[in-house]
This record gives sequence, structure tokens and C-alpha cells, in this order.
Amino acid sequence: MALKIIVCAKQVPDTNEVKIDPVKNTLIREGVPSILNHDDANALEEALKIKDQYPDTHITVITMGPPQAKDLLIECLAMGADKGILISDRALGGSDTWATSNALAAAVKKIGDFDIIFAGRQAIDGDTAQVGPQLAEKLGIPQVTYVKEFSMDGKEITVKRALEDGYEVIKLQMPCMLTAIKELNTPRYMTIGGIYDAVKADIPVWGAKELEVDLNKVGLDASPTNVFRSFTPAPKGKGVMIERDTVEETAKALLEMLQEKYIIA
Amino acid sequence: MAIRVINDKCKGCKLCVKACPFDAIDMVGKLAVINEKCTACAQCIAACPFNAIEKTESDEGPVDLSEYKDVWVYAEQRAGKLMNVSLELLGEGGKLAKEIGDRKVCALLIGYETDHLIPELYAYGADVVYQIDDPLLKNYTTDGYTKVMTDAIREYKPEIVLFGATHIGRDLAPRVAARLDTGLTADCTRLDVSMKNYIEYLKKNTTLDTSGLDPESEDKGLKQTRPAFGGNIMATIITPRTRPQMATVRPGVMSKLPKDETRKGELIKVKHSLSESDIRTQVVEVVKAAKEMVSLTDAEIICSGGRGLGDPSGFELIKKFADAVGGVVGASRAAVDSGWIDHSHQVGQTGTTVKPKIYFACGISGAIQHLAGMQTSDIIVAINKDPDAPIFEVADFGIVGDLYKVVPKIIEEWNRVKEELNRN
Repeated sequence: MALKIIVCAKQVPDTNEVKIDPVKNTLIREGVPSILNHDDANALEEALKIKDQYPDTHITVITMGPPQAKDLLIECLAMGADKGILISDRALGGSDTWATSNALAAAVKKIGDFDIIFAGRQAIDGDTAQVGPQLAEKLGIPQVTYVKEFSMDGKEITVKRALEDGYEVIKLQMPCMLTAIKELNTPRYMTIGGIYDAVKADIPVWGAKELEVDLNKVGLDASPTNVFRSFTPAPKGKGVMIERDTVEETAKALLEMLQEKYIIA
Repeated sequence: MAIRVINDKCKGCKLCVKACPFDAIDMVGKLAVINEKCTACAQCIAACPFNAIEKTESDEGPVDLSEYKDVWVYAEQRAGKLMNVSLELLGEGGKLAKEIGDRKVCALLIGYETDHLIPELYAYGADVVYQIDDPLLKNYTTDGYTKVMTDAIREYKPEIVLFGATHIGRDLAPRVAARLDTGLTADCTRLDVSMKNYIEYLKKNTTLDTSGLDPESEDKGLKQTRPAFGGNIMATIITPRTRPQMATVRPGVMSKLPKDETRKGELIKVKHSLSESDIRTQVVEVVKAAKEMVSLTDAEIICSGGRGLGDPSGFELIKKFADAVGGVVGASRAAVDSGWIDHSHQVGQTGTTVKPKIYFACGISGAIQHLAGMQTSDIIVAINKDPDAPIFEVADFGIVGDLYKVVPKIIEEWNRVKEELNRN
């Protein structure tokens, strides 16, 4: 079986590495590495697992971002993807999730036929989890989000979709959109040979012109949502440090203070 | 809207470059230049000492949005039970309806055989319940629920639609918003219509300059505040040109009204045109997890453990602690990522947002992403070996010490106090 799979990936700053300047109360951005978004690595891995089983499978990774997002595509190719396409244009900058899904939908239409689109559930810099479903809507295909188990029988797919208190078992047909969570798999590493080939690979860059996308549907001005204000929350005032000679006395002091604010019943 | 550098005023000091969370400012010689990564978050404007950066508003005039009225809450039910977050949103939606003035808060109830839920929705504040009831809607499906909801919104034109940021709300809301070509803001932690209330919130919680905002503003748009950039900054998002304004809201953040069973409302049965062929996914079964249910959002007390526990067995002590104080067990992302405890216990930006009466942080350093999910707890008690751990910056009570020595003593002392109180 030769499947055509598209994987949506995003290069993100590793937000766990971001620190706040305690004096100025601003973000310290320096030294924060750019990485392949975690859930997207799971999305790519699931596509690669299908390719392991059916080597004729063709995997295209698309990403939208600035020119340096090409590095992410090289990483994906080195993991085993067949093709990387960078969607990059100043006209697409500042797109919110709606505008981003319009640009991605144009890219998918330009790529042509596909059987499955895998995306990560959400990116760690925005945490919206909106682009996957919005892209599925723009393409008119069914979706399952929060996929934690995947299997297929011919063109019928069975997945487990994680819920807060359990899971659902869902069946659907290709073509479809599936968004991956961490529980789905463990992403593989790049191979040496893969890296060697990946850096030489031809990575096309598609801008608004190549996408033939309506400029009223992409970019900052077209986006239905706008950032009105942004701020770093003022740190909550420092509380009381409890220091007593013994652990017993410390615990006792804590309980006394707690009882002033909380009724122990 | 866009961010623009006023070239004459820029001195090339690079403070904006450092302040930008998105690496969206380049230096070209001694001039700051905004690149395509800009999201117009305006952090740079605050950082510039020379007022050399400005935000230009788009020049389109406002469209007539006045046909849209009322605040809708998606009343999410699973197997005939309402989700707590939907009741919280009825409380919040009522507040917003009042701030707009002369508006109703309405529940949109989708499912099959859901009549028994209607009185509960009234009791928690719904003025109107829009009910869509059909055997095809028995289980949640993206296709089925999106279709009936989108059609109802087109017909009744609500001004605001709120969803709980659950696995279902976060599946449904983006699909509906995309079909309606309107804006959606994810995982909000605060909502305002009144500019006055919003300014007060900013003054109390931030160092942001609010002098540019008019408390008497006639603007009745929804200001949707959410953690952004991994919880490192907060952003307020607006949806100025399209309706409805849609948002998902984190469970446990808003407050529900006290239940009033005498409250009555209006029921509107919504007609729909859903057919079986519209639904392209088949729910084979819905499985409740056999594992222990953790309800972090409802917990009054949470005892959380982090990497400072040293190894997974440390959670035995945390469990003992939680049992003693009548709380539930939480965990930091570091502990979950180490495989010491299941993800369902995780508190933080990527886990559950909690606001218990007491939050005990044991061996948790206080990474920003963790703080984002627990810093609104009423009382925070931190126990950590490292006196410089960031968790102490948000703690009401801090104890520097070995948690394996301190926690057992707190348990002892808690039991003693409790016994004493029971005797009296």
C-alpha cells in the first residue's frame, strides 16, 4: 500500500528554557533554543511507523515560519521524511490560527492528493490546539484530536482519542486529519545517513504567490483575532519564611499560621 | 494592526530585541527592524525607553456587529452529566451579559435525552436553554456537533460563545470558529467586557502602563486574557471585526453561581438538519479509565511533589500527606516527565490549572510553567531544600528543609490540631 501522508510541524522556542528577569520583570530570550515542537515529533513518528510497514509511503512535512524554519525540515528529513516544504513569506507574518490554517490549506491543495494529515495536538509556544482542526475544516475532512493509539486496516483507521477521564475508540476513513499527543509513540532520532542526505535535499520555499492564496485570508491584518495588550504578570509578593530551631516547631508554626487563613475540619 | 519602528527616534539600544519573545526584531546597523515573526504582542513598545515603537491600528472602519446579541455557553455533557466547567461558564457568562447590558446568558445543550439537565442549567444561571436533541447526537462527534452548533449560531446570532477548554471543547470550538470564519481564543483565564474592570485587573496584577486605556470606554468587545508563550507572558486578545467572539476557558478558573433550584428559564428547542451521512467518524466505545480518578480542579487541598522527591517512591509520602489533610495528589511536569507518576496528576501550563484553598508544593522548584497553573491558589506552602528555589517567590509560607523530615511532621501536627478541634 502506497500512502501519501502530510505532516504539519512547527519550529518553536523551547519555552521551558525561558526565564524571567526578576528585576525588570521581562522575558530573557537569549540562549533559548529553537526546537521541533514535541507533539509534532510524535505526529512525524507515527507517519514514519506507517512508512516502516509500507515502504512505498511518501511523507511530506510542511512548516510555516521564518526562513530559518528550514532547519526543522532538515531535522524531519533526517528522521526519515521524504520531502520538506517551507511556507514562508512576509505577507503571512502575524497570522493567527485562522489565517495560518488558510495558508496551510492552500499548501495542502498545492501538494495534491493525500491520505492522512498528521499534526501535533498543539505547539508549546501558543498552546492553542486550534490549527489542526481549523485546517481540517478548511479542507473539509474529518478529524480526530488527542490521538494516543493508531492502527489501520486498508483505508479504515481506528484510533484511541484521549479524554480527561478515559478514552474513546473511533473509526474513520481516509482522507483525514489526526492530531498526536505524547502518549502516541516515542519519536526516533535522526540517523547519520539521514542527516547527510537531508542537508543536501532540495527544500522548496512557497510564499503567498506560489500558494495562490487570497491575501485577505492570511497575515496579521486578515486575522480575526488581534493581541490587544500583553504583559508579564507582576510577581505575587513574597510570603513568610518559617524558620524555627527544630522541624517540630516549624511544623507547629506553619499549622498556627495556616489556621488563621483556613479552617481545618 | 502592525508594529512600526519610528526610525527617527530609534537610538539602536537593542532593548526591544531583548524584550521580544518571538525573536522578531533584527538590528540593521543602528536601527531596529521588525521582521515577519512579529505577532504584534507589543512587548517591545513597553521596553523602548525612547517611545520609538508604535502600534498602528488598521484603518478599516468597524463593521456593523449589532445584530449579534447574548452570551452563549456550550453546556458540555458526557453520558448525561454536565461538565463542571460549563456551570462555571454560566456564572462567568452572566457577569459578561451584565457588563454588556441587556443581554442574556444562554446554555447550548447538545445531545440525546438531555431533558433532565435543563433545570440544572437554569439553577446555575442560564436565562435560556437552547436544546438540540437527537439520537445522532448521543455521543460527541466533531462533525455532528459542529454542524448543529454552527447552524444554531447562524440562526440566533450570539455575540459571545464560550466553551470549556476540555478535550471536547478544544476539538469542537476551532472547527466551529473556522466554519464561521470568526476568531477563537484558547484557554482563557480571564474575560472582561467592561474596560473599567479590565484596567483594575491590570493595575492589580501587572506593571503595565494603563494610561492609554479609557475606563469610560464604550467598547463592549470581549477582552480575552490567556497565558501565552508557554505561560511566560499573558496576552489579552480581541476579536474586533467578526462575530461571535469565541473563547475556550480553562476548567477551574471561573466561579459558578450558588445553585438556586427555584430559578426558571426559557427553553428553546432548536430544529436541525443533521443526517447520518454528515458524521464521518464512528464512536465504537467510550471507556472510562480504570485508574484512580484525580479531580485536581475540584480539590480544596492539593499536595504536589516534584523532582525534589528524588525517586518515584516519594509519591508514597505525598499520598500519605494528601490522605491526612483530605487532599489530592498533584505533580510537577518534571516528575511526570521522569515517569514517576501519571500525567493526570500534572499541575501547570500543560497540565491542569488549579486554585485550591491550600497548595502544598513539596520538592518543586517552581518552573514558570508550573507556577502558571497554580499561582492563584489561596494559600501556597512550599517545602524545598534550595532556599533560592523560585517557588518561594509565590509561596505564602516557605520552609527550607528536607521534605522527608518536614512533611511527616506537618502530617503529625495536622492530625493533632484536627483531634484537638474535634474534642472541643
